[in-house]
Amino acid sequence: MPDKSAGSLAADPLALPKIRPPKRPAGTLYRGREGMWSWVLHRITGVAIYFFLLVHILDTALVRVSPEAYNAVINTYKTPIMGLGETALVAAIGLHALNGLRIILIDFWSVGTKHQRLMFYIVIALWVVLLIAFVPRQFMHIFGGGE
Amino acid sequence: MESKPSAADAIPTFTATLIIRRFDPEVDAEPRWQDFDVELRATDRILDALHKIKWEQDGSLTFRRSCAHGVCGSDAMRINGRNRLACKTLIKDLDISQPIYVEAIKGLPLEKDLIVDMEPFFDSFKAVNPFLMAGSAPKGGKERKQSPVERARFDDTTKCILCAACTSSCPVFWTDGQYFGPAAIVNAHRFIFDSRDEGAQVRLDILNDKEGVWRCRTTFNCTDACPRGIQVTQAIAEVKQAILRGKP
Repeated sequence: MPDKSAGSLAADPLALPKIRPPKRPAGTLYRGREGMWSWVLHRITGVAIYFFLLVHILDTALVRVSPEAYNAVINTYKTPIMGLGETALVAAIGLHALNGLRIILIDFWSVGTKHQRLMFYIVIALWVVLLIAFVPRQFMHIFGGGE
Repeated sequence: MESKPSAADAIPTFTATLIIRRFDPEVDAEPRWQDFDVELRATDRILDALHKIKWEQDGSLTFRRSCAHGVCGSDAMRINGRNRLACKTLIKDLDISQPIYVEAIKGLPLEKDLIVDMEPFFDSFKAVNPFLMAGSAPKGGKERKQSPVERARFDDTTKCILCAACTSSCPVFWTDGQYFGPAAIVNAHRFIFDSRDEGAQVRLDILNDKEGVWRCRTTFNCTDACPRGIQVTQAIAEVKQAILRGKP
């Protein structure tokens, strides 16, 4: 919005502007490649796992308050929404763990930096295999009902 | 002499649109995008397009360039979202059916249009002692001898032209301007692994810091951005390992 008035000062004399300038004064998103996106995913999953662990330590500590309170909280984990949350948690931990191994190899394996892009795709492939093994079974538990 | 312009005319021209992120601190409160239609040839570079705009359309467009041949490192800018030298980016390598976005490099204070304040960048560079540190006199002669193998050890990092394309492509540097940045580490690497140099430990101590090499998150943006093809992330990894080993 602020760029509109200023932009018209100089841009008008030529033909009609066919292309609308982007309304992003902050600049475009940097177009990094696999390395940058793996870092973004690693950071997001890392922070998400941290917050889960925080909650998880609290709910486990409840057992010392009273076993009833603990059971009440653990029972809510059996609802479908929490089941989907568990699926997301396994996906996040799987990606974070596999990419963590990739980062260790980049730092400590002499040719790690050379193969970082290939290693990223290997990480994604292993992660997909992991989810194929886990998600159908998890969904049977959530949505299947009787087992 | 006479035949030269007509030979140049034989190369077909086309109209490309450049959208440039402009900022005049005397007029604008915030940067703004402005588009320009420019008549170009496939063999032109982004720098030629910027020259055409400045010379024929809008003389107020501001950018740095000196040698214009990829040696001086003056014209690093973000072209279509990636850090590149304007003088080494050919139009034929870009998709001209889409507008070409040109903006200043990120993470350094924007001064005007495509010019940023490079001082913080050079401060980091100076902080790693980017010069030969040798206290002793060369052995029995006038020169410090080095074998081709010893020279090859740091050959890659001698290529740096200090254009700041790597440092300003680093997500860590964008949010933490205190980080030394890839370029400073590359130039430290150039002397740390130089067999003639005696200051490796000093530089390793400088970079073994909260804002030193340990800030590197291996995003490889620097390696992708380097116009000289330096394996920047590899160099940073080697400095990390040298710190862990305690020697180069």
